[in-house]
Amino acid sequence: MNDKQFRGDWLLLPLAGMVMVVVLWAISSKTWAPNLPSPLKTWQVSQPYLMKPFEKRGELDQGILRFTWYSLLLVAKGYTIALLIGTPLGFVLGMSKMFAKTFDPIIQILRPVSPLAWLPLGLVLFQKSEPAALFTIALCSMWPTVINTAVGVRAIPQDFLNVARVLNLSRSKTLFKILLPATLPYMFTGFRLSLGIAWLVIVAAEMLTGAPGVGGFLWQEYNSLIYEHIILCILTIGVIGFILDRLMGVVERRLQVAKA
Amino acid sequence: MTTLLEPALKQSRKTQLEYVRMPSLPFVELKHVSKGYGAGSQRREVLKDLNLNIDRGEFVAIVGYSGSGKTTLISLLAGLIHPDAGTVIIDGSEVVGPGPDRGIVFQNYSLLPWLNVFDNIALAVDQIFPNWPKEKRREHIEKYIAMVNLTPARSKRPHELSGGMRQRVSVARALAMNPEMLLLDEPLSALDALTRATLQDEIEQIWERDRKTVVLITNDVDEGLLLADRVIPLSAGPGATLGPAVEVDLDRPRDRKTIQRDPHFKRLKAQVLDYLLGEGARKRPHREPMQAVG
Repeated sequence: MNDKQFRGDWLLLPLAGMVMVVVLWAISSKTWAPNLPSPLKTWQVSQPYLMKPFEKRGELDQGILRFTWYSLLLVAKGYTIALLIGTPLGFVLGMSKMFAKTFDPIIQILRPVSPLAWLPLGLVLFQKSEPAALFTIALCSMWPTVINTAVGVRAIPQDFLNVARVLNLSRSKTLFKILLPATLPYMFTGFRLSLGIAWLVIVAAEMLTGAPGVGGFLWQEYNSLIYEHIILCILTIGVIGFILDRLMGVVERRLQVAKA
Repeated sequence: MTTLLEPALKQSRKTQLEYVRMPSLPFVELKHVSKGYGAGSQRREVLKDLNLNIDRGEFVAIVGYSGSGKTTLISLLAGLIHPDAGTVIIDGSEVVGPGPDRGIVFQNYSLLPWLNVFDNIALAVDQIFPNWPKEKRREHIEKYIAMVNLTPARSKRPHELSGGMRQRVSVARALAMNPEMLLLDEPLSALDALTRATLQDEIEQIWERDRKTVVLITNDVDEGLLLADRVIPLSAGPGATLGPAVEVDLDRPRDRKTIQRDPHFKRLKAQVLDYLLGEGARKRPHREPMQAVG
C-alpha cells in the first residue's frame, strides 16, 4: 500500500484532476459546445441556490440543499422498504436451496431492469407519483441486499453452526446470536450497493413524476432553458452520492474487522 | 513368607482390578460403527467397523494420519453426524444429537469473531446455566478465563489474539460448560511447538484436577503418550479402523523433557508407530479391533 508519491498527494492529486476537468469543460463551452454554460457562468447563475441552500422562494424555486433534502427523504423511504423486503428474502434464499432454485432465475431477470421501465408500471399500479417512485426505488435497489445477504448466509462457516448445535441454541437464538452477526458484513455490503442504486433511481423517478427534489429541479430547469442549473444538479447528485457511499463504507469497514 | 504370600497377593490384586472394571458399564461405547460420505460410485467409506470402550474419567488419545477420519470420529461422538451402521452409546443412552454434556474443542477454535473472549464463553454459560443469577455466571466465566491464563485478554476479540490464545478460549468455553466429557479435535495441531507444549501442560493440569473423560484426537504420537491413559491408533483411510490400544502406564505428572529418554516411553511409542506404519498403513481393516477395548 505504500505508493505515496509526495507529501500531500492525497489532496493535491485529486485537486489537479478536478482542475483538469474544469479546464476541459471551459474549453468545450468555448469551442464545440456553445450551448454548454462555462464554469464561471454556472457559478454565477447557481450562486443564489448555493449561498442560501435552504431558502424557499417558491414551489419550484428553492435552495439546492432543500431540494436535496426532499430527494433524500424519498430515498430513505424507498430504501427502507427495499431493506425490509430484501434482507429477509436474502436470508430465505441463502438458507433454502429449494427456494433459491425456484426464485433465482426470476431474480436474475428482474435485476437488470431499468428504473425507467418500472416507474410507468408503478404509476399504473398506484395512480400517484409518490408511491410509484417508492415502488421503483425499492424494486431497483433491493437486489444487491438480497444477493449479498444470501451469499453471506451461505458463507457462514459450519463451525459456527456446530457451536449453535452443541449448545442446543433455540431457533431464534441461533438466528440472533449466530446467523445475523455472521451475515452482517455481507449484508452491509449489500446495503451500501443498494443505497447507491436508490440514489441513482431517485433522479429518474423525480424527472418522470415531477416531484420536488434535485431530479425534479434538474428536469424543470432543462425545460426552462436554464442549463447552468442542470450542471449544478449533476454536481450535487454526485457529491451527495459520494458522501452517502463514504458514510456506508465507514460502517462497512468496521464490520469487516469483525469478520476476520 | 513373601514367596508364600505372593500368589495370594497377585490373586487379590487381580480380583480387585476386575471388581473395579467389570460391574460398571463403559462410559462411552462404540459398537460396529461405520460412516461414509457420498452415494453410488462416489461413495467413500471413512470409518469401518469401529469398536471402542472408554471408562469414565479416562483420558484416551486417538492417533492417526491426517485425512483418516479422525474428525469424523469426534463428530460421531459429539453427535454432530450419525453413523451409517452401528451405535454410539454415552452414559447408557444412544447418542442422537449434540448436547452440552460433551464439550468440544474444535481444530479451528470455532470462536465467534464478533464476540470478545468473555462473551464467547458467556454464550455457552448463559445457555447452559440459565437459572443461575447473573453474578454467579459472571464469576463462573471469569474463573475459567483465569484457568487458561487469559484474564488480561478477557475483553479482546478473537482476531486480536494469537492462535494459542484462541485455542485456550476454546478450551475454556468447553470446560465452562461443565461437560461430562471433553472432545478435543486436534486442538493443538495449528500451533507452534512451544505454544503446543504449554497448552499440553495446561490440558494435563486441568484433567488432573477435574478428571473428566477426555477423548483427544491428534496426529502426534508423543502428544498422545504424554497426556493419555490409553493411545489408540487409527489406520489410514478409506475405511479406517482402530488398531490395538496401547496402555500408557507412565507415572504422572509426566515430564516432557525426561520422558523422551525413558526406555518404556520409547517402547510404547514404537508399538503405536509399528501399527501406524505397518499394518495400519496398509489400509486393511484390523482383524481384531475388539482387543483395543480396555
